[in-house]
Amino acid sequence: MIPAPFDYHAPKTLDEAIGLLQRHGEEAKVLSGGQSLLPLLKLRLGFATQLVDIGRIPGLSYIKEENGFLKIGGATSESALERSDLIRQRYPLLFDTTRVIADPLVRNRATIGGNLAHGDPANDHPAAMLALGADIVVRGSGGERVIPITEFFTGLFQTALAGDVILTEIRIPVPAANSGGAYVKLERKVGDYATAATAAQLALGSKGKIASAGIGLTNAGTVPVKATDAERFLTGKAPDEVAFAEAGRLAAAAASPSADWRGSVEYKREMVRVLTGRALARAAERAGGQ
Amino acid sequence: MTPKTSAEVCGMGHSMKRKEDPRFIRGEGRYVDDIQLPGMLYLDIVRSPFAHANINSIKTEEALKIPGVAAVITGETLEQYNLHWMPTLMSDTQMVLPTKKVMYQSQEVAAVIATDRYAAADGVAAVEVDYDPLPVIVDPFKALEKGAPVLRDDKKDQKDNRIFHWEAGDRDATARLLAESDVVVKQDMYLPRIHVASIETCGCVADFDATMGKLTVYLTTQAPHAIRTVVALVAGHVGLSEEKIRIVSPDIGGGFGGKVPVYPGYVIAIAASVVTGKPIKWIEDRMENLQADSFARDYHMSVELGAKKGGTLTALRIKTIADHGYADAAANPSKFPAGLFSICTGSYKLQNAFAEVDGVYTNKPPGGIAYRCSFRVTEAVHAIERITDMVAQKLEMDPAELREKNFVRADEFPYKSPLGWEYDSGDYGSALDKAKTIIGYEALRKEQKEKRARGEFMGIGISSFTEIVGAGPSHTFDILGIKMFDSAEIRIHPTGKALARFGTKSQGQGHETTYAQIVAEELGIPAAHVQVEEGDTDTAPYGLGTYASRSTPTAGAAAAMAARKIRAKAKKLAAHLLEVSEEDLEWEPGKFFVKGAPQKAKTIQDVAFAAYTNHPQGMEAGLEATHYYDPPNLTFPFGSYICVVDIDRGTGEVKIRRFVAVDDCGNIINPMIVDGQIHGGLTMGMAPALLEEIQYDENGNIRGGSFMDYLVPTAMETPHWETDKTVTPSPHHPLGAKGVGESATVGAPPAIANAVVDALGHLGVTHVDIPITPEKVWNLLREKGAAL
Amino acid sequence: MAKHAIHITVNGTAHDVEVDSRLLLVHLIRDELRLTGTHIGCDTTHCGACTVLLDGEPVKSCTVLAVQADGRELKTVEGLTANGKLHPVQQGFWDEHGLQCGYCTPGMLMTSYALLQRNSNPTEAEIREAISGNLCRCTGYVNIVKAVQHAAANIG
Repeated sequence: MIPAPFDYHAPKTLDEAIGLLQRHGEEAKVLSGGQSLLPLLKLRLGFATQLVDIGRIPGLSYIKEENGFLKIGGATSESALERSDLIRQRYPLLFDTTRVIADPLVRNRATIGGNLAHGDPANDHPAAMLALGADIVVRGSGGERVIPITEFFTGLFQTALAGDVILTEIRIPVPAANSGGAYVKLERKVGDYATAATAAQLALGSKGKIASAGIGLTNAGTVPVKATDAERFLTGKAPDEVAFAEAGRLAAAAASPSADWRGSVEYKREMVRVLTGRALARAAERAGGQ
Repeated sequence: MTPKTSAEVCGMGHSMKRKEDPRFIRGEGRYVDDIQLPGMLYLDIVRSPFAHANINSIKTEEALKIPGVAAVITGETLEQYNLHWMPTLMSDTQMVLPTKKVMYQSQEVAAVIATDRYAAADGVAAVEVDYDPLPVIVDPFKALEKGAPVLRDDKKDQKDNRIFHWEAGDRDATARLLAESDVVVKQDMYLPRIHVASIETCGCVADFDATMGKLTVYLTTQAPHAIRTVVALVAGHVGLSEEKIRIVSPDIGGGFGGKVPVYPGYVIAIAASVVTGKPIKWIEDRMENLQADSFARDYHMSVELGAKKGGTLTALRIKTIADHGYADAAANPSKFPAGLFSICTGSYKLQNAFAEVDGVYTNKPPGGIAYRCSFRVTEAVHAIERITDMVAQKLEMDPAELREKNFVRADEFPYKSPLGWEYDSGDYGSALDKAKTIIGYEALRKEQKEKRARGEFMGIGISSFTEIVGAGPSHTFDILGIKMFDSAEIRIHPTGKALARFGTKSQGQGHETTYAQIVAEELGIPAAHVQVEEGDTDTAPYGLGTYASRSTPTAGAAAAMAARKIRAKAKKLAAHLLEVSEEDLEWEPGKFFVKGAPQKAKTIQDVAFAAYTNHPQGMEAGLEATHYYDPPNLTFPFGSYICVVDIDRGTGEVKIRRFVAVDDCGNIINPMIVDGQIHGGLTMGMAPALLEEIQYDENGNIRGGSFMDYLVPTAMETPHWETDKTVTPSPHHPLGAKGVGESATVGAPPAIANAVVDALGHLGVTHVDIPITPEKVWNLLREKGAAL
Repeated sequence: MAKHAIHITVNGTAHDVEVDSRLLLVHLIRDELRLTGTHIGCDTTHCGACTVLLDGEPVKSCTVLAVQADGRELKTVEGLTANGKLHPVQQGFWDEHGLQCGYCTPGMLMTSYALLQRNSNPTEAEIREAISGNLCRCTGYVNIVKAVQHAAANIG
């Protein structure tokens, strides 16, 4: 499998990269880890005659807490996330997520920015970011902009990253005390996209009731799905099996998966129900102080 | 079994480290794509997006404009040389490149020759083909319906889509026995299309030397000699005569049957090299490999087994529709179109049996191949092992007990099966006993009961299979009339070192080690001093190649026989050196000594030196022998496998908790290698049981045509295999050995399927087709009201 | 299509080569540098036969552009042996029968080598996870796990 010809650019600065995107317009694509883009180009399913590699721009790979946010540089690799003590200890939902993306070798190249910017509802980070209420920071010729994750995914393989804009950072509000999250994915084998997967983030308030809930669904529609009915339902409820079962039902109702070889619409929707219940139970357990 | 030879000699029974490994672990293996010849051009193939279509035109102008593109070859080009069609190994015909229509999606349509891979790929993208789609038949049952369009309209005598009808056994007696049985269980079973997916795909470098008139082809083939003869038969009319053809099978990155057939890409590359006088490399990519190379299975079986109330099995009847795609291109070394399917009576004493198979044309790639078994054995074993469990379930008997009751007993061998095979040896009860002990069968049954009461579903599945391998006796086994013997040629050098060459070809089985151990066993020459060579038709003796677990049964036997010829001559030499008569000599591995005077001895090395320096008057110099071994019978390895699964009632996922495999392959040459073969075979049994399948939609579009959807298991899906063995030597093999490479692939799928059904049996579930996907299990759970 | 002059170090040897934008790293390694131990087994970044170390991290070289390796350090299977002596991971694969056809082996070796650099005493579960981006069709992985454990014991 050989890609069609293209030109490659390796800008040293963000401004240079933005300039290249401006100059080449529709012909250009941003190359980050390349683990989604290069396979598409090899299969000649994707089209780009100019690749702008942001991998050589310094300062785009970091994981830090600052001003009440977890900030992750757009070019941070999945394996860097996976090996980060900060992520493992404080962001179990993200830790779960990175560990089931593709396979360990792919994760050494794949980046969190690429996973989001690809706009693929089958990717795993979008659901996690929906559950965590993340913001996406982008830079373009018009300067820096912050896009709430709920406005980021605009269609199948489409995002708010139009024109000369590059995803530079993901910001996640530092979770309140007594928070916990989990990502539960059903996959046919390692490296597969999810048959169904749920990202759940819970914050427990006074008397152990659920203060807030975030639920994101992977591969459950043409865009990543935020299960808002389920989130609303949970708020104020005790974190128990009954509540999680009902939240699972509401999340399943919010899903509109399409049938493929991973399963029928009915099976996938039922799996959203089952996995949502499991993700919430695990999130609650983690929120309980572990 | 205690080895007869020392660790230094390393004959049979030693876990000798593999002699081939040093080059592989250094990255110095030499696979076909590693070969780079001066002036070499690259070939890439244009493939059809349609499963059935007339070709109106093929436009090559744009492709030829691409820098580096040298030529575009079409069916019309090949037609000038009458090379656009070729015979299959089953005496059917298949296209090399089409002149009129395509018959399956991804069929070869044209070939681009270019100076490098990148230009060739650009050329392929630039060839414009205009198609007129035709109605597609992917369902073999629909293909057999009256009025179905005849797909092979190129064949004058073909009036429908049936390729063959084959049957074995006694139809009437079987019907009578089934009618008289207390219970008869009937089940339709489908074993879907799957693909061997060796990690190295197929390819070749064809190198025609115009000056010498000699064609050398480096080829991913399991059967280099057979391929040489096929090339001579196909291309003899264009001047390729067999003595001018050299096939070299270099290191092969896994075969499993997929590298037995002749693929169109090979023929195009050869033709292109002959025409251009340049070396041509063709290496298929993974999608071509999965979408166009020969498949396995695709067997629709309707299986019936009868029994008496007490559990005595009576008779078996199987009716099968075999989907062969658009040509019967089976890599089947037997005279039977359904291969060795008649092993379907398995390990059980049945009074009679009847099996019939109809082969059918559809708009799918041609085939098939065996996927790591003798052709159609996995299908047969799945049928009998699954239906036996169903009878046990119906009779409410323990499946182990039902098996034990019906096993052919150890004292009943050689055993003549109702469908005509003579099983050489076996001890089925001991293997099952051992497996039950290792896994703790009774305790598991108790645990299962307790768990069921708590709403947890676990299952225990047994498979007590009988394999049939080592094709084979020449009266029933051949490829295009070439009988299925195999060969060994051994030369002992003056310094006592040996060169041994074989007609087989290792693809990972470790022949360089195991054959050396056989020579060491027979002659006492350290295996480290035995150089094994295979795969080059200019040097190796003629043989039929490696598949169907035949290397040990045939070439391994040939090695022993050739070594014994050498030992016979060596004895004469030793007698000459010791000045005694031959009758006065005794042999122990490595030396002859005078009876009663063991200090008077000559080592095999002494004798070898004498063969070149001091041989008696009238004796030919040298110490070498060749043997072509035509086995008197096949070998019948067997085993009992027990699998424990846990079912996730929420998702339908099946988790293999434990899997114990007790195998019996007779006497063992290298225990380490046998264990490795079983591990690999189990994994290739588990894969189609739980993961792998190639499907087509009604338009003939493939699903599962890349590693995205063709689910080859990783280390995470693969359980930790537990292996053990019993040893029941083959009475007819010179070393008492049997083949083993495929036992586990054959035996594992029904153990897994039986375990899943066992987990759900109390709900009334009696069968599930493989691959057992989470969704299938979940559907069953939901149907029975047991899904969470 | 632009050409790029790149500088890479492969197994300690510096190379200056000119490459097309679209040249895949695996083709640079195999076809241009003639280090054929690195193999190709699929088109979709699944099989890992092409695994090499890029700045110490195992990556699938069929899904990296050659030009992306500019200025970086590569290690391939040919670079495991030091002064003719097998690396413990190679020895482990040999001693424990961790290979059969040998085709996936270079990728498995590179992934295992990288694992042991990070984790000198991995459990079976950790090994299985680490090699889950590498497909082997022959061994059933049992002996590959043993091989890595054997290597871990011998790296010390």
